[in-house]
Amino acid sequence: MQTALKSKPEIIPTTSRLTGRDKWDHFLARCRYRRMSHIVSPGLYSLGSPGPESQIFVSANYTLSFDALRSSLEGIDCYILVLNTYGINVWCAAGKGTFGTEEVIERIELTELKNLVKNKVLILPQLGAPGVCSQEVERRTGFKVEFGPVRARDIKHYLTNGKATPEMRKVNFDIKDRAILIPVELIGLAPYILVLSILFYFISGFWSALAIAAIGISGAVFFPLLLPFLPTKDFTSKGLVLGVVTSIPFAYQSIAWSDEILTYNAISAIAWILLISPWVAYIALNFTGSTTFTSRTGVRREIFRYIPILAVIFISGLILSVLLGIGSYLGWF
Amino acid sequence: MAKSSSCACGESLNTLIYDPELCINCGLCSSVCPHGVFTEGDGKAVLSKYEECMECGACQINCPVGAIHVESGVGCAAAMIRAALLRRNEVTCGDAACCGPIK
Repeated sequence: MQTALKSKPEIIPTTSRLTGRDKWDHFLARCRYRRMSHIVSPGLYSLGSPGPESQIFVSANYTLSFDALRSSLEGIDCYILVLNTYGINVWCAAGKGTFGTEEVIERIELTELKNLVKNKVLILPQLGAPGVCSQEVERRTGFKVEFGPVRARDIKHYLTNGKATPEMRKVNFDIKDRAILIPVELIGLAPYILVLSILFYFISGFWSALAIAAIGISGAVFFPLLLPFLPTKDFTSKGLVLGVVTSIPFAYQSIAWSDEILTYNAISAIAWILLISPWVAYIALNFTGSTTFTSRTGVRREIFRYIPILAVIFISGLILSVLLGIGSYLGWF
Repeated sequence: MAKSSSCACGESLNTLIYDPELCINCGLCSSVCPHGVFTEGDGKAVLSKYEECMECGACQINCPVGAIHVESGVGCAAAMIRAALLRRNEVTCGDAACCGPIK
């Protein structure tokens, strides 16, 4: 009597309305608070009162992904098939294969979607395409895969036009997209900034502590904002440029606000630049992973090209600082 | 003698290879590409912005005739630096704590 025990898969009702609680959850997700726990249960959801011919959209079980989709479907009776991507957004999950062919097929079977609908078309977000082979899904389940637009907010246009315009198919990385990453970047760096600036405050004083904070803020706030405006092409050299700019006030104060003799001050100014700029560049290099336009080949090339350079710059700064210390002890200046 | 060909700092921009001979003009590559690398042409897909390719692999996995090859992967700098320093094989962002498990 096993079949009697097997319950019918549940269809979970949802709405296109985002509540205050949803928005609070989005805020926390954007602040990196418990980043793996912004999760929706995988399964089949109904929005409005869908019938056998209603459209079926597919999403990830990350609240930001699922909510972006459902809030764009106001007034549309449809199903939403939520895959288990372990609380990861569509694009990143597709890159790893969790938003993938096998998961789509398995979720169709688990929810017994075939028995529920006559419509045999699934609309997937375009950014899920790196993980999903549309032919394979169709071959094994009978469901045709259609890739919708990149952004959920274009879905209604997509449905009316029956196809996505080239504009809907492209990812942007505009000022809003970049600015929204700042809290995550900053909060990710915060523990390092805090510990190191306290440490350096006691080792070498106020300006060193401030320099640590400046590196963090420059890399996490100004780099994302200024990305397209920084000269040069790759991320690390852009970061290096920003790093030099960041270090200028520190170099300046060591010349302008110090009574000691010129050679010492000049060397110390150079040391500030050499010590600060490679770290901003390093944060910039890591920002490549937060964008949607750096290739693995490109990132690897940047790493091999720049990491040795950054290391040499920083070590030169360290050597200069040590020499300054020894020098002033021995009375060279 | 060291083999210079194994140098990871090769000069090609990315690993995208397209064989138009095989193309059946289904249009999938141009609809899945988030950077307009492929566009629809008369009879065949056109590789119009090779340099914009970020190696996501969407075109390759969806091309029904295998006309596109690209070495796709997660371009996580931290993971690559770790792999280079530890001389390990490059995985991805590591464990589940970063961006979820790998399949």
